[in-house]
Amino acid sequence: MAKNLYQKVWDDHVVGQLDSGQNQLFIALHLIHEVTSPQAFGMLKDKGLTVRYPSRTFATVDHIIPTDNQSRPLQDDMAEKMIQVLSDATAEAGIEFFAPQSGNQGIVHVVGPELGLTQPGMTICCGDSHTSTHGAFGCIALGIGTSQVRDVLASQTLAMDPLKVRRILVEGDLGPGVTAKDVVLHIIRTLGVNGGVGYAYEYAGSTIAAMSMEERMTVCNMSIEGGARCGYINPDATTFEYLRGRERVPGGADFDVAVEKWQAYASDVDATFDDEIVLQATDIAPTVTWGITPGQAISIDESTPDPEQVEGLARNLVTDALEYMQLAPSTPIKGVAIDVAFIGSCTNGRLSDFEAVATLIQGHHVADGVRAIAVPGSEKVDKAARALGLHEIFEAAGFEWRLPGCSMCLAMNPDKLMGDEVCASSSNRNFIGRQGSSTGRTILMSPVMVAAAALRGQVADVREVFGLTQAS
Amino acid sequence: MSGVSINKISGKGVYVKGNDIDTDRIIPARFLKCVTFDELGPALFYDVRFNAKGESQHHPLDDPKHAGAEVLISDANFGCGSSREHAPQAILKFGFKAVIADSFAEIFHGNCTTLGVPCIVMGNDDRALLAELIANDPDAELIIDVADLKVICANHIFTVSMKGSAREALLAATYDPLDTLLAQLDSIDATARRLGYAAA
Repeated sequence: MAKNLYQKVWDDHVVGQLDSGQNQLFIALHLIHEVTSPQAFGMLKDKGLTVRYPSRTFATVDHIIPTDNQSRPLQDDMAEKMIQVLSDATAEAGIEFFAPQSGNQGIVHVVGPELGLTQPGMTICCGDSHTSTHGAFGCIALGIGTSQVRDVLASQTLAMDPLKVRRILVEGDLGPGVTAKDVVLHIIRTLGVNGGVGYAYEYAGSTIAAMSMEERMTVCNMSIEGGARCGYINPDATTFEYLRGRERVPGGADFDVAVEKWQAYASDVDATFDDEIVLQATDIAPTVTWGITPGQAISIDESTPDPEQVEGLARNLVTDALEYMQLAPSTPIKGVAIDVAFIGSCTNGRLSDFEAVATLIQGHHVADGVRAIAVPGSEKVDKAARALGLHEIFEAAGFEWRLPGCSMCLAMNPDKLMGDEVCASSSNRNFIGRQGSSTGRTILMSPVMVAAAALRGQVADVREVFGLTQAS
Repeated sequence: MSGVSINKISGKGVYVKGNDIDTDRIIPARFLKCVTFDELGPALFYDVRFNAKGESQHHPLDDPKHAGAEVLISDANFGCGSSREHAPQAILKFGFKAVIADSFAEIFHGNCTTLGVPCIVMGNDDRALLAELIANDPDAELIIDVADLKVICANHIFTVSMKGSAREALLAATYDPLDTLLAQLDSIDATARRLGYAAA
């Protein structure tokens, strides 16, 4: 019987059925970090349990690590303690820990793929909702809570209900200045922030097929913002070429064997789905958020909504969001002044993101009064960017080039908005207070749109700022 | 370790209005700097309860009328966003035993269930009526019946729904699945070998 990738990977990893009706699912790769995982080791200890498969778990630090000075001990005592607890617990359990300055540290969803730990057909989990990123390789990649981190440490399994699968086909060529970030913001805008509840998303179609792995990771990363527990893309030649030669990927003849196995996980041509929608790439413009959820997004040429045109509870949502953002109804989003520009995060903190921006900002400078920071997603991204001289281009344009970490995406480290500052951000969430100030305002957009906003000091159209036109 | 069956829950309710209430709002990220969950209760909804100066914003949770409430009521897509278990932990530590909403985000729902906090789904009209009953009499007791999928308040009986596996696990006291998972070590190891991962 024809199956989609989700069904194949799921069936492959089922250990058995539990009395609750849930499946017990074997987890092929478990990633942990310093914020949601140290507590799990405490829970294990309380129960006198040990880590069952230490070789299937990998640890790094990203959420609280400062991006200006990472020398130990960290200035923040609690941050230092959290890193130390993780470092000690992983050493005791025999879990590999990618510590700062190891050359492998970085945001957990950047590190897994770049080392080749993330491979097609795996079940992957991590105590972080953006674990969906790894779905770009054709994985079932799930964000989990700390008690589940404990479950995986102790048993290498999770109790899970299977999801339905919705195929989202995106067809056609993207216009100039339109990126993977715009595609996923458009999807969330179209289907809603809870449209994906109960579903895994399969992203397919010619637009997705033409994307690089880093672009695919951006799309899958934000599945959770659309309510989907996970999202994936079928593995193909692009996937295999990305993986070839990576540190933790088999080499030589073993690689060819692996490719054959990986290929077999792709959805069968006659596979069925619980739901399917089709979107056209030509309908997607550079997209930005105006409100306090990632679904409150509009194209750069549009205006904020008018609550009077919205019915029921949804009207309150619009009214509250406009009030929080200090935006009037029916106001063009283009031209809204910004204070901060942030390029980084597990959504858009990879080498290609910085390359795309560097190409555009060379010879330009950030507007007066705008604080602009670029935060590479990992030590490897930082090293590769420096080798290309990208950090110098960013610095010459008035950006600070920082050390790797989650940084201002969730502002658990010192990188925060102050007061009601407005941030043009390449991250994934514009929730109230998300960037470290309870009145701070976030406008989500692609890295090149952040660059355009940084240069103009206001939300701007990347196509106009840099004169991008359709290649003929 | 083994939990107790969770069937009937009773207590006062409090309504926190709004769709898409995310886990950053439930517990702002700065409170995630901790190595245990013990102290999270007071931080629940902190940034909407207090302004930057620490002054009360008269949030329903701080209304003396609702002091001691044990059932949290909200609207659609409650708990969206981050997977942080700190969110349900803060709800539990604050004193809540159950959450009623129009719908729940997936990861939050799973985290609540593991902690033995039922996520009860109640439709819009019923929630509006329930909120009105509580506004009229904040001391009115809600009785949640997980087995019968009913909520009773002030002589009104509301029919509710729950995710089947969560309801089963709460009633069977297996909502914390760890013991159940560990009972299958042989099958786990067999699966690992079949998939080509090193044996434990």
